Amino acid sequence: MFPAPSFPCPLFFVSSQTSPPLQNAAAKPDAVTVQTLAASPAGLTGTGPGRKPLVTLSRIGKTYANGTVALRDVDLSIGRAEFVSLLGPSGCGKSTVLRLIAGLGTLSSGRIEWAGGTVDARRDIGFVFQEPTLMPWATVADNVWLPLKLAGVGRRAARDRIAEVLEMVHLQGFEKAYPRELSGGMKMRVSIARALITRPSVLLMDEPFASLDEITRSRLSNDLLELWRGKDWTVVFVTHSVFESVYLSNRIVVMAARPGRVIADLDIAAPYPRGEDFRTGVPYAELCRAVSAELRRAMEG
Amino acid sequence: MTTPERLLLAVRIILPLAVGAMVLGIWEFLVWYYRIPKFVLPPPSMIWRSLIDDFGTLAPSLWLTLVITMEAFALAVIGGVALAVLFSQSRILELALFPYAVILQVTPVVAIAPLVIIWVGLDQVNEALLILAWLVAFFPILSNTTIGLRSADHNLHNLFQLYGASRWQVLTQLQLPSALPYLLSGMKISGGLALIGAVVAEFVAGSGSATGLAWRIVESGNRLNIPRMFAALLLLSALGIIIFMVLTALQHLLLRRWHESAMRREN
Repeated sequence: MFPAPSFPCPLFFVSSQTSPPLQNAAAKPDAVTVQTLAASPAGLTGTGPGRKPLVTLSRIGKTYANGTVALRDVDLSIGRAEFVSLLGPSGCGKSTVLRLIAGLGTLSSGRIEWAGGTVDARRDIGFVFQEPTLMPWATVADNVWLPLKLAGVGRRAARDRIAEVLEMVHLQGFEKAYPRELSGGMKMRVSIARALITRPSVLLMDEPFASLDEITRSRLSNDLLELWRGKDWTVVFVTHSVFESVYLSNRIVVMAARPGRVIADLDIAAPYPRGEDFRTGVPYAELCRAVSAELRRAMEG
Repeated sequence: MTTPERLLLAVRIILPLAVGAMVLGIWEFLVWYYRIPKFVLPPPSMIWRSLIDDFGTLAPSLWLTLVITMEAFALAVIGGVALAVLFSQSRILELALFPYAVILQVTPVVAIAPLVIIWVGLDQVNEALLILAWLVAFFPILSNTTIGLRSADHNLHNLFQLYGASRWQVLTQLQLPSALPYLLSGMKISGGLALIGAVVAEFVAGSGSATGLAWRIVESGNRLNIPRMFAALLLLSALGIIIFMVLTALQHLLLRRWHESAMRREN
């Protein structure tokens, strides 16, 4: 099911040059910051390079009031319909990047540009937090309704949309349940449904499955891929799991900490759908090993 | 309700009642056995008779105390929530005013009572009682609601911000629901305090200018009508218990579907 390998690691492209010696990397971190992806050879389900950028981050920086430099000179361009994972150790600013894209918080330097000018965050962005972040006093249907309600859409007018997104996350029949009555995985599904109700063009997910058990996580991962493949969405997915990022994404951006910066931009060209065969196959293992190596490099600084 | 739950409920009701009946029985017996004079300790049966015989005098007093307590409580809830909302909207206002709310709270109501009664006028002593009861009941509402409004989940705040919610939407759809459990537990404290405030203020006002239950207690004491004193005391307790039960029921009704404090857990 995979294209015939013509060189050692056929599904894996590092657009940067081979890793520079560590002292070099430390001396001039920009040397490994990747700004453009190498073109994928024809024949692979390549992504990234050919796609029109949806949002472009140019040399963005974020310094908190206490002097902590969360991000320095991050360049990142996210293409339409990409599934990008931001991968890195804690403190590398991956969540900060996500929040800044969403317009939560202000940039200390640099700028973020959306294709076609400005973005209407209310409609074009769906955000999923690490915790389900549901209103405990509201039913599932009312929680999902929230983004539309805040935009002035009445409950009756939103009814079909609520039903639609609940069906997308396989939660039909739970409209009247309260969050406390649901399992962790179901709460996360509600959270995803809420993010989808505005029919956003980009879904920003901040370690959404981190607090779920392995079985629930893998089921939700598959459902998420299913949703993503059906539509022309862009997903930006923050994670600290190599395995999760390789399984889900067609592009992985590896980040390093102190200060937060991009150190590698990897193209994962394995075709979708990716099922159990992929998860247990050799190419997957090789990709994981290669991404792990990049991540190790990120940790070493 | 399953059988064990029904049993548990029965035990929860019957057990305290049985204890109460036993204590009353012992009381009755001891008074009779030692021939304790009724102006020292009347037996329960005599207190009950006094309650029925003097109900014509006690009922208007009960009504007055009830009305003052309820008015003070209602005004405390309205005022406390309103001020807490203002505080949540303006940090400057909170910094400027909160210390004064604390000063009002920590100054014993007994000490302010004479002053308030003079200001309001002895001919309008009921208004003075209302003000004093309100002063006592106000603070728990204010402080609990202030904390509650601030306790809304940080990520939910971000979510509201992301979807461009207005201040009003954040207040009504995020902060106030988050504050509800805090407000309700403040109301439980404040309901009892309103009654205490009404009674204490009346004691201070004294001299028959107010005719609530507190005055009946003072008056009965002066006349050594101890059974009636106990009867008035019984009515006050009953009032306090009813206020507490009503507020507990309200709390349960509003929170049972979603809040941890009102959920039944099996483990």
